[in-house]
Amino acid sequence: MGVPQSAAVHRMEFFSGLDSPVHRLDARTKALVTFAFIATVMSFPRYELSALTPFFLFPFALIALSGIPFSFILKKVLLAAPFALCIGLFNPLLDRHPVMLAGGWAVAGGWLSFGSIFFRFALTVSAALTLLACTGMHRLCAGLERLGLPRVFAGQLLFLYRYIFVIADEGQRMRRGLELRSTGGRSPSLRVYGSLVGHLLLRAMDRAQRIYGAMLARGFNGDMPTLQPARLRGADIVFACGWLAFFALARGVNLAEQLGRLFTGGRL
Amino acid sequence: MSHHIVEARDLSFVYPGGHEALSGVNFRITHGEAVAIIGPNGAGKSTLLMHLNGYLLPARGEVRIGDIPVTRQSAPQIRRAVGMVFQDPDDQLFMPTVIEDVAFGPLNYGLAPAEAEALALAALERVGMTRLRNQPPYTLSAGEKRGVAIATVLAMSPDVLVMDEPSTNLDPRGRRRLIELLKSFEHTRIIATHDLELVVEVCPRVLLIDNGTVVAQGSTRELLNNEELMLQHGLERPHSLRHHHPH
Repeated sequence: MGVPQSAAVHRMEFFSGLDSPVHRLDARTKALVTFAFIATVMSFPRYELSALTPFFLFPFALIALSGIPFSFILKKVLLAAPFALCIGLFNPLLDRHPVMLAGGWAVAGGWLSFGSIFFRFALTVSAALTLLACTGMHRLCAGLERLGLPRVFAGQLLFLYRYIFVIADEGQRMRRGLELRSTGGRSPSLRVYGSLVGHLLLRAMDRAQRIYGAMLARGFNGDMPTLQPARLRGADIVFACGWLAFFALARGVNLAEQLGRLFTGGRL
Repeated sequence: MSHHIVEARDLSFVYPGGHEALSGVNFRITHGEAVAIIGPNGAGKSTLLMHLNGYLLPARGEVRIGDIPVTRQSAPQIRRAVGMVFQDPDDQLFMPTVIEDVAFGPLNYGLAPAEAEALALAALERVGMTRLRNQPPYTLSAGEKRGVAIATVLAMSPDVLVMDEPSTNLDPRGRRRLIELLKSFEHTRIIATHDLELVVEVCPRVLLIDNGTVVAQGSTRELLNNEELMLQHGLERPHSLRHHHPH
């Protein structure tokens, strides 16, 4: 057994074990508020940019209150950034109709929608990561299950999270075995990789079988039990109502624009 | 009612595909005994162990734990009495933290979270792993994982402990700790292993299995000293038994 390569998950789980006001909230509350946040952010029209900025308050506040380092979440967001880039990449080229900005500037609509996609991506991904880091996969899955996610999916999600790196380690060992026996130069043919992947699948299935056996041996009956039963407290209600009200306000009124007006005396 | 007695009568098992892994296995293990199951690779040791908690069900014959035959219906009850420690602790530790993993069994049997946690802590204490309680299992060393895996089973207060190759992947210190731990248990212990030195220290009695049948059974010293028998079945006489002078 080699050293596991699952440092990212380790850290995520480490942060989820911290204690803070945000950590103490019920997983259901945090999940619901985060979903509401994502839905609100996604509901803006495609050229919207400035109205989205107040929404950064949500992930920022959560990260600051929970004691999770900003850099940790930021790195994870950057890791996923290329996907958003790919999605928005062609917008500036395809959508060239000019949009007037404040102060008499005009810019191609594509650039605005590109920026908007990027904002939304940063907002939703950082919120989802923060949710995970301050809740922990296990409690999150238990919470989602109580919110109505089918039990099978909740279980699958949990095990995917626990074992994806075990499987990745196995894959890595197989690749090392392959590399040590292939004499440099020519890369192995597709057929070799095919059989490698097939073996990995078989190994994963074997392991799944053994884990299931181990679970049965300890009385597993379909429920994933948890030591900390979820309980809604006053803080959960305040948290949920406060943020939902903020989302509604920021969706209805462009707070950034209002703030600008306030500073410039309405001469915008 | 005693669940401590483990008995196999004419136990046979055929894998799908026709390979007869066990044919006519008979043995009786009584209260508090520590018995090793030894034999070459592919002899049927693991298959036998999987019958002891109803994970596999016999094609012929039966296994009894105490007075209860192992069947599909009795399996949940049997699994509470027979704690199984698997060969790869990674298969056994699937919860996010050590304490939740150890509490998994008690919670499944309907204990309140506080009681389950108390049981889990006691089990961790028993194996000397209390300090790891909030760690994720995959950050532990092989020896720690083994200890926690044993604790997950102890937390269910089983009468019988069944272990598959408990000393694999352990460094000498971890192995030594394991041996001392195994010696300290009062449970009926059934240990399948190739580690014959461990057998000499922990188990007074041995079942030698080859080709799906019990080839020999009896006192450890007698059987393992029989060089001819050992070699015949892919084993060897343990070094510690060769010394005639005391250490």
